[in-house]
Amino acid sequence: MLEARVVKRLGALDLAFDLSVGPETLVVAGPNGAGKSSMLRVLLGAVRPDSGRISLDGRTLFAARIDVPPEDRLIGYVPQDYALFPHLDGIENVAFGLAHLPRRERRAHAGAWLERLGAAHLAHRRIAELSGGECQRLALARALAREPRALLLDEPFASLDPSARRELRASLRRSLQQWRLPALIVSHDPDDAMLADRIAVMERGRILQQGSTAELRRAPASAFVASFTAPERETSS
Amino acid sequence: MNRRAWNLVQVAATTVLVAFLLLPIAALALTLGWRDFLAGVRHPLLAPALRLSLTTSSSSLALVVFLGSLVAWWVARHSGPLSRAIEAITQLPAVIPPAVAGVGLLLAFGRRGLVGSLLARHGYGLAFTTSAVILAEAFVSAPFFIQAAIAAFRRVDENLLTVARSLGATPFRSFVRVALPLSAPALVAGAAMSWARSLGEFGATLLFAGNLTGRTQTLPLAVYTAMETDLRAAQALALIMVVVAFAVLLVLRRMYREALGA
Repeated sequence: MLEARVVKRLGALDLAFDLSVGPETLVVAGPNGAGKSSMLRVLLGAVRPDSGRISLDGRTLFAARIDVPPEDRLIGYVPQDYALFPHLDGIENVAFGLAHLPRRERRAHAGAWLERLGAAHLAHRRIAELSGGECQRLALARALAREPRALLLDEPFASLDPSARRELRASLRRSLQQWRLPALIVSHDPDDAMLADRIAVMERGRILQQGSTAELRRAPASAFVASFTAPERETSS
Repeated sequence: MNRRAWNLVQVAATTVLVAFLLLPIAALALTLGWRDFLAGVRHPLLAPALRLSLTTSSSSLALVVFLGSLVAWWVARHSGPLSRAIEAITQLPAVIPPAVAGVGLLLAFGRRGLVGSLLARHGYGLAFTTSAVILAEAFVSAPFFIQAAIAAFRRVDENLLTVARSLGATPFRSFVRVALPLSAPALVAGAAMSWARSLGEFGATLLFAGNLTGRTQTLPLAVYTAMETDLRAAQALALIMVVVAFAVLLVLRRMYREALGA
């Protein structure tokens, strides 16, 4: 369970959110500039909140006198541009997060995760040669290989073409159902609603409304919520 | 100005400038016979000066690269007045004339200098020693490496570092495993410029370290000393220095290409 109640002022943006994510997928939707990516960076530990509390599976990650650094939070992160290390090949990227394992086990473990995500053929490829979809699989394998307690994905399909987007969305949905860990997916694409057990809609740094797709559809709090959860969108995915 | 005239101006400017830059180096080689060159190779000043130049310039390079990388990383990752001030200070030696740097070093580290007097009290003397040569070279060459390193580190994508941290890497490991390898080509290029500057160092070394054969007389100082008695010997020494500089730069260029993975 990932729980956070946080306040953070970031320039013009007043970020203040309160959320609680069990072993489910929460899609965080909202227009550009709503503070979605900043929320992920706060949860990750890359941005220090002004006040509040963050905990994961009962362990406090941030509180008045506690600030667990990102490397000790066990939160997997896939940023929008995937941020693969360009100087390492596929398997080295995945093995990067396995420094806690003995050297010999790292590659085997990384290889197993590549296989699990259908990316075994990317093991020895240079990052610069990969397509958007391949990068996404690799970045996901890298985040998961460390066996995190929660997973944060920032616009995971934004840089993909529509057909790759459909395919990877379906594959991510299957994977998320299989792993059952708290997952936050930031998106402004209504098609991503299909991934959600619940949706939280952010506007101007705050969570405007959250609930299941059906709940949001029944009583949308804003025009954005209405358009994001509109029924005709689901069929297009 | 029409297109033809504009092209002509550019060609003329290029020809004049390239000729001007190349002519002195060509003159060194073209006006020296083999016999004089060989005499220069056997000149008693050469071996100790060459050895000293290579050891001091590589020591100052190691010092500049080690400390400079850490400073550059800090400056590149922080904004604000302190970071800007430190960046400006690291660039200062590039605009100070070497002779002025020599006087400054002497007043700071000489026997009666600000820090030197304290060292002298404990029996340490820096001025006119090989260490002084290394300090003088590090002083004048540091800006070349640090500027290149700051620029390279600023280009490292913040997202890569955030991901590295989320994957369990400490800030130190993120620096060593992500930032350093990604910046390697620019760091090698900066190190090459810094090393070349340090090999050619003359003014600050002469004033702060003196011109003592085998202890503080580097190649440029040996050329200067030989020039007072024997122009041919000076020329031979100068030519050898050019050859050494080119050889080392070729090696560094190769490292640069390998770092780029080309």
